[in-house]
Amino acid sequence: MIHWNSFSDFIAMGGYGLYVWGSFGATALVMAIEPIVVLRNRSSTISRLKRQIRAENRNTSE
Amino acid sequence: MKDRFNLYRFASPAVFYPLAGAMTPYFVAVSIVFGIAGLWLGMLVAPTDFQQGEGYRIIFIHVPASWMSMFIYLVMAFWAAIGLAFNTRLSGMMAQALAPTGALMAFLSLLTGALWGKPMWGAWWVWDARLTSELILLFLYIGYMALTAAIDDPRRSDKAGGLLLLVGVVNIPIIYFSVKWWNTLHQGSSINLAKSSMATTMLWGMLLMAMCFWMYSIAIALMRVRTIILERERHSDWVKTLLLAGDPK
Amino acid sequence: MKSRHKKLALIVGALAIVGIIAALVLNALNSNIALYITPTDVAAGKAPKDKLFRIGGLVKEGSIKRQADGVTIAFIITDTEKDIPVNYKGILPDLFKEGKGAVAQGKLTAEGSFNATEVLAKHDENYMPPEAAQAVDDAQERAASKHVSPSSAGETPKASN
Repeated sequence: MIHWNSFSDFIAMGGYGLYVWGSFGATALVMAIEPIVVLRNRSSTISRLKRQIRAENRNTSE
Repeated sequence: MKDRFNLYRFASPAVFYPLAGAMTPYFVAVSIVFGIAGLWLGMLVAPTDFQQGEGYRIIFIHVPASWMSMFIYLVMAFWAAIGLAFNTRLSGMMAQALAPTGALMAFLSLLTGALWGKPMWGAWWVWDARLTSELILLFLYIGYMALTAAIDDPRRSDKAGGLLLLVGVVNIPIIYFSVKWWNTLHQGSSINLAKSSMATTMLWGMLLMAMCFWMYSIAIALMRVRTIILERERHSDWVKTLLLAGDPK
Repeated sequence: MKSRHKKLALIVGALAIVGIIAALVLNALNSNIALYITPTDVAAGKAPKDKLFRIGGLVKEGSIKRQADGVTIAFIITDTEKDIPVNYKGILPDLFKEGKGAVAQGKLTAEGSFNATEVLAKHDENYMPPEAAQAVDDAQERAASKHVSPSSAGETPKASN
């Protein structure tokens, strides 16, 4: 069922290892970094908006 | 009458915000499941190709990334049309949430294409119609993001961005049919609705990976749209209450 | 309500105009968008003179001749109607094979042959294991021995107009 005879065959990809794993590596990197950036952006936006709303509330109550 | 009411209700950012938050984990989970299945089938089970040996396995990310780069653009253009026609606030936010992911998919399509072209064709890049039109797609994404970021007023920014999206939509059929219309180095489509010229395991590996990319894109766009909603609706009562109530999930 | 419909009509109209403009531009550019021309185009005098251009087609079966130095090669590019002999010195891509597609960049010589500075391989859209490809080949051979079919060479290059 598994196509490969050995782990080193799998890594070598019949001589195309650099191209195949380069492609997969770049994609994995993008799909790992993008969610991190989105979540960081989210938490920084939330804390900035919180500060703004608190400041507005203070101004209106005084 | 009730259905009509419900449809409009979901177009409201206040209703969509928690809904998007609730849906995100499911899309993440489904994407991971499809990804594991696709990688297992494509990288471990699928046989060698008769022409390209093991090098053809780049197809398992190149084709899904290329499909998503075109599909995300179509979805953005759809939201732009809805926004321009019906003046709905949410549609512009959806288009903006999708753009960075679409640009990344176009970038990955070009990058993996170069890594595939070098060993097989003998060139990282040629100015053929397929490659050039995909590069134009990347520029359209970047142009859209730059344009919407440059205009501060959200309504005007959505309008300008929406117009750009609708004009640029002609590029999508050009990308898709370029290999039919002109002499290109890029080969024709391996699958379409009528036929497939791929062995079954290879085809299923590719389709599973495409599902993985699709679900990933939905999940990341939902995450991004929630931040955009908070930012744009910051003056509304529901956002104020939500933010002051503690840590919004 | 009315203004909405008006707006929608405007957008559809604008889209239609953009589409028509794009179609016209593309039609005008058609010959320049093509990456390569075919040997038939060259025979019809469509090749630019004293300028680099690309020809594309199939590498004719049995036409590859390698020189002793290992990097100089001569072969014939065909679109099954016309042939062009090509001379090239350099590295060839992995998929460069007889009976398969190739695209060569270079110039025509006075004798009608083509001096290439770059040779690229063009593969088809089929993906299958070697055993399946062998089975397809065998079936085609059996069919060809019954009645001659010109399409068995695989993809035939499109002629540009």
